[in-house]
Amino acid sequence: MHIEVLLVEDSPGDVRLTQEAFRDANPSIRLHVASDGVEALTFLKREGVHAKAPRPDFILLDLNLPRMAGREVLSRIKLDDELRTIPTIVLTTSDSEADILRSYELQANCYLTKPVQLDEFESVVKSINDFWLTKARLPQQLRS
Amino acid sequence: MNIEVLLVEDSPGDVRLTQEVFRDANPSVRLHIASDGVEAMAFLRQEGRYANAPRPHLTLLDLNLPKMDGREVLACIKKDERLKTIPTIVLTTSNADADIAKSYNLHANCYLSKPVELEEFEGVVKGINDFWLNKAKLPIKKQH
Repeated sequence: MHIEVLLVEDSPGDVRLTQEAFRDANPSIRLHVASDGVEALTFLKREGVHAKAPRPDFILLDLNLPRMAGREVLSRIKLDDELRTIPTIVLTTSDSEADILRSYELQANCYLTKPVQLDEFESVVKSINDFWLTKARLPQQLRS
Repeated sequence: MNIEVLLVEDSPGDVRLTQEVFRDANPSVRLHIASDGVEAMAFLRQEGRYANAPRPHLTLLDLNLPKMDGREVLACIKKDERLKTIPTIVLTTSNADADIAKSYNLHANCYLSKPVELEEFEGVVKGINDFWLNKAKLPIKKQH
C-alpha cells in the first residue's frame, strides 16, 4: 500500500533532497509536491488540475511560501472538518520561538526545523519516516 | 535544562516501564504522573496540590482512564487557549480506527499504540524521546 505524502515547498533544491531521502528510506512513499500555498489547497480540495489527487496520509508544510503563507494553509487545514485529521508537520528554516508557538496554536501536529547541512537534512527526513510513517498511527484512509 | 513530561496513565506497570525507558534514554526528562483524567487536568491547570506543578513540555495521554476519559482530557487541553500548545501524544492500547480518527479530530498531535511486547513498548517510548524530545521543536515554556 502506498503512503501518500504532500510536500508543500517552494525551494526546488529542498524538494529534490526530500524526494531522494524518502526514496532511500521508504519506497512505498508517493511524494506529491505543491510549490505554493494556493496549489496546496487546490490539491487538498481536489480542484482543477488536482481533481484526481489522492487524499494525503501526511503533509509536510513549509511556512514561507509564495501566494499563500504556510501559516494560512495550516489554519485552513485545521479549521476544515474534512482535512483537519491529516497530520500536518511544519518543516521550515525558521527557528523563531514566535513561529513555533504560532504553529502549535494553529494545531500543527509537529514543528521541525530544516537544517542547512545536507547530512542533517537527510537525517530529519529519515526521522520523519522512522517516527511518523513507521511508529505513529495515522488516520485510516476512507475508501471512496 | 529539564524536560517536563506529563504521563497520564492508570496502569502502574506501564508507568514503571515508561519511567525506566526515559531514565535510560534521557536523564534530563522529569516524568510526572497523573493516574486519571481529573488529576491530569488539575496538574495542567495547577490546581490544589498541583499549584506549583511545572507546565509540561509534552503530555503522553492514555485514552482509557478512570474518572475522566482520555478523549475528554484531550478535548479540554485543545480547547484551552493556555494549554492547547502543549504537544499531546495519545499512547494507548486501542488500535481502533475510530479512536485514531477521533483523536486526530480533537487535535491530538500524534497517536501511538502501546505494543504488548516489552521490547516493542520500549522501542515506542524510545521513539518518542528520539523524535519529540530531540528532533521536534517544542513551544518554549513561558516564564512566570
